[in-house]
Amino acid sequence: VNGVLSVLLDVFRQPSIIVALIALIGLAIQRKSASDVFKGTVRTLVGFLVLAAGAGVVSGSLSPFGQMFEHAFNVQGVVPNNEAIVGQVLVEYGSAAALIFFFGMIVNVALAATTQFKYIYLSGHVAFYMAAMIAVIFGVAGFATWQVILWGSIAQGIVMTMSPAIVQPFMRKVTGTDDVALGHTGGAGIALSGVVATLTRSKRKPSRSTEDIAFPSGLGFLRDTTVIVALSMGVIYVVVALFAGPDYIQSELSNGQTYLLFAIMQAATFSAGVFIILAGVRVVLAEIVPAFKGISERLVKDAKPALDVPITFTFAPNAVLIGFLSSFAGGIVGMVVMALSGTAIIIPGIVAHFMTGAASGVIGNGAGGRRGAVLGAFTNGLAITFLPLLLLPVLGNVGLSNSTFSDADFGVVGLVLGHVSSAGGQTAVVIALVVSLVLVYGSSVLMRNRAKRRSALADQAPAEQETASVR
Amino acid sequence: MKFLAVCSSGLGSSFMTHLNIEKALKELGVTGIEVDHTDLGSADAGSADAVFVGRDIAEAAQHLGDVVVLDSLIDMNEIRTKVADAATRHGIEVPS
Repeated sequence: VNGVLSVLLDVFRQPSIIVALIALIGLAIQRKSASDVFKGTVRTLVGFLVLAAGAGVVSGSLSPFGQMFEHAFNVQGVVPNNEAIVGQVLVEYGSAAALIFFFGMIVNVALAATTQFKYIYLSGHVAFYMAAMIAVIFGVAGFATWQVILWGSIAQGIVMTMSPAIVQPFMRKVTGTDDVALGHTGGAGIALSGVVATLTRSKRKPSRSTEDIAFPSGLGFLRDTTVIVALSMGVIYVVVALFAGPDYIQSELSNGQTYLLFAIMQAATFSAGVFIILAGVRVVLAEIVPAFKGISERLVKDAKPALDVPITFTFAPNAVLIGFLSSFAGGIVGMVVMALSGTAIIIPGIVAHFMTGAASGVIGNGAGGRRGAVLGAFTNGLAITFLPLLLLPVLGNVGLSNSTFSDADFGVVGLVLGHVSSAGGQTAVVIALVVSLVLVYGSSVLMRNRAKRRSALADQAPAEQETASVR
Repeated sequence: MKFLAVCSSGLGSSFMTHLNIEKALKELGVTGIEVDHTDLGSADAGSADAVFVGRDIAEAAQHLGDVVVLDSLIDMNEIRTKVADAATRHGIEVPS
């Protein structure tokens, strides 16, 4: 019996098998045909292995980067890139991450069904990355596997429900509807942008919309992730290689290859690794997300899908570019501050600044016009530079690698969970989760009462409802 | 016959557009069209008969053949109309 048990344990320690089983459940629930179920399950298994292979490529190109950076500047250089860090993390924490991802969806549906926060987090890729980070933090805190998964799933479900909720007041202004929400790990930074844009708004002389500007086109190539990652990493690698010098690189790292060529090839290899990881993630999610969407629509009345950031981009294409540039400027300012103060250095991650910066720009524009777009996105840029720095210590060994989680929610959630678990262990984590749930349900009750009062008022005076919904 | 939804990373919004296209096809009663999603870098002109993108990446997707530009990724009416148009354009009958 022990033999069978240990084989079973071995099987379940394989994250690829866990993910495949989750896909199997998802496909079976959708009542797919036997051949579709089989095909989808095997595809998911292989997809996860593709992802893991990409992780090897990324870390192969990051480790010489880390060495060059250390040699040149004597501090740790970190590139925030979700795909790069998640790929590496999943090799060790994959099973726990996959289970937190799975049970987190169930908690999300349960919370959406029982509170006023009807948000269903359909951005599976970032949800998966969040699950990976939570698995790391609780793992580093020394929790047993079942504790990691249990408390991790509850935390994950709360994040999936509440991250869209904090952006929604600003999202409504952009989309003009309450039916769709924003589901992205940049949520905290994007909401912050909305707050900043609202606070800096001038009543007397409101800033005009970004969309009134006639903007030059021709920057479309910015949207091709593979190209932009290769280009931006190319610049970063070459700069660092120039500082590290040819002697060190050619004798220690490149095996004699010309140092600049070596730097460019490693940067391109980094992009290749991200490309592979993205392909793997796409295959893994293809079978799981439709099932999640179908089930949540059936179980949650008035469910509001929380979708990835590009859904905001079509509402204000100019704000996308302004937001990206402002956020990136924030990242550069943050990096200079770190260089001057001698901490580890967070190099601006171009993908994160593009995705969350652009969304911050759109949200900021909705709340406060051009000024809101610039200041809001700039604040997001600062946030996604300093939060990753603060996050490094709570990630244990993972924090010592040369990549890290990039978006604001990772920083906020990671810092809270990391510090709570290191301060008071499991008890403190449970207390924190209970407090969060009380807050979620408490604010839900408040919202329900307010909605009731408002509809009662609206019954008396229909004109008033008009202004309320515009606001 | 294949419709493809494309976004910059091929993970989130193109996936949702993919699911919405499938939903639209089902509502329109059209069968026999395969739907998938991918990223800008992986797609090329031969990838599909019609490629659906948000208007923010219309410029970057010009080379992909028959490109359908969506003004909003969350407007189901627009998606339904444009899916029906694309199907008709490629010789598939849309029951009305």
